[in-house]
Amino acid sequence: MTLRTYVRPTAGWWRRNGHYRAYMVREASSVFVTAYALVLLVGLARLAQGRVPFEAWRAALATPWALGFHVVALGFFVCHAWTWFAVMPKTLPFIRVGGRRVSDDGIVAAGACAAVAASLVLFLAVWWTRP
Amino acid sequence: MPATRTIPIECLRYNPETDAAPSFVTYDVPFTDDLSVLQGLQYIKDHLDGSLTFRWSCRMAICGSCGAMLNGVPALSCESFLRDYWPDGVRVEPLVNFPIVRDLVIDQADFLRKLETVKPWLIPREPRALADGARSQTPAQMDEYYQYSQCINCLLCYAACPQYGLTPGFTGPAALALLHRYNADSRDGGTAERMEVINAEEGVWSCTLVGYCSVVCPKGVDPARAINQNKINSTKDYFAHLLMPRGRKSP
Amino acid sequence: MKRSNKPIFWSLFGAGGMLAALVGPMLVLITGLLVPLGLVLPQSTMSYDRMYAFAQNGFGKAALLVVISLFLFHGCHRMYHCLQDVGIHVGPGLKAVFHGFAIAGTVAAMLILVAIGWAG
Repeated sequence: MTLRTYVRPTAGWWRRNGHYRAYMVREASSVFVTAYALVLLVGLARLAQGRVPFEAWRAALATPWALGFHVVALGFFVCHAWTWFAVMPKTLPFIRVGGRRVSDDGIVAAGACAAVAASLVLFLAVWWTRP
Repeated sequence: MPATRTIPIECLRYNPETDAAPSFVTYDVPFTDDLSVLQGLQYIKDHLDGSLTFRWSCRMAICGSCGAMLNGVPALSCESFLRDYWPDGVRVEPLVNFPIVRDLVIDQADFLRKLETVKPWLIPREPRALADGARSQTPAQMDEYYQYSQCINCLLCYAACPQYGLTPGFTGPAALALLHRYNADSRDGGTAERMEVINAEEGVWSCTLVGYCSVVCPKGVDPARAINQNKINSTKDYFAHLLMPRGRKSP
Repeated sequence: MKRSNKPIFWSLFGAGGMLAALVGPMLVLITGLLVPLGLVLPQSTMSYDRMYAFAQNGFGKAALLVVISLFLFHGCHRMYHCLQDVGIHVGPGLKAVFHGFAIAGTVAAMLILVAIGWAG
């Protein structure tokens, strides 16, 4: 006897609970990572084209649209960093220090510290070499 | 005498012999604080509608039979309590991403097929005579795979996994967690044989680390971890294969 | 079962993701907000002469290429998967478009950096 089973559609699955919606926000951050890389690429191209085109690009960065974009991008980059370290424990094998397993929270904390340290190093490098 | 309240339990009903599509029926069930959702379903079957069909067995979250969607969340109905859904009630549906056979019963055949593909048994490195005794293992060695061995095949993780819903070829969380359970067991030597499944698109590479599987697992298996750890292993295997194609035995 | 080629793209995705997580927010803050507004850092931090000199030296070239390329590989790989998640049928064509875009961006950055040349 063959079963006449009923298959339910999967469409709209990501709207069904908070976990899924948070996942989609995390995935959406990739749009801004790409967009920011393109901003840098365009800037690099303008740099090669000469002083006037580059200064035009620099002036464009100070417009309300560009500033608004970077505020939103910053939000998504922070979201990316946060969620990246939050899932990092899942991608690593169990790490043992002195015979005891490092907890997931420990791994997340280590990642977050590394990010804070790297950000500080970057800022200080730019600060100390500022005109 | 404990106070009795009434709670609405809305059940998906589907009879393949008479229905073109599922529908919902709400039953008003009297309950006491200690009653599980499973006991609510049993009340319906015993007193209100004997045709309601659902799987259950142990009533203590070890057999993995009673998985269902409770208000859209995959859960074991024996481990979920009516008092937590009062007064609004609970909507009970069969686990998503599986075909519905009847009412709350799903067709598990796809999972069972996939479970076989991961060779979920110990493949010893070398044979051992009975006289040699048991294969020993330190507590630290057991710790490497123990949580993955706790899987009760309840399929809540498959209901939680959107990639399984979108890509039915995906081997899925529980099967891959069990694959890892054996790879990580010091007594097992079958990792090479299981790499084919790991390395395939239907293996670890369909996973995008939504992570909801590990959230819903009632036994703390953490399938998300089992799968994503193996992305690194699969990558190492990929580049090893690229650099030394004849250095490996084909599976 | 056929071996998947995902490991290549996943490695690039992972490297880009790690870089973006470590320095991404600060880069956006500096280049997109602080310097254009002249807050904390003067606007001339990113003047033509300084940026040209930066792009001319070895470290600057490497930094610019690595950031642009890895951010593109990370973003494109994830965006491609996003399409799949919302139910759009993705095949080898779309895969080529997204990963090709990241490759194109990387090649473009390399060519521009070569065109900018070296100091002296």
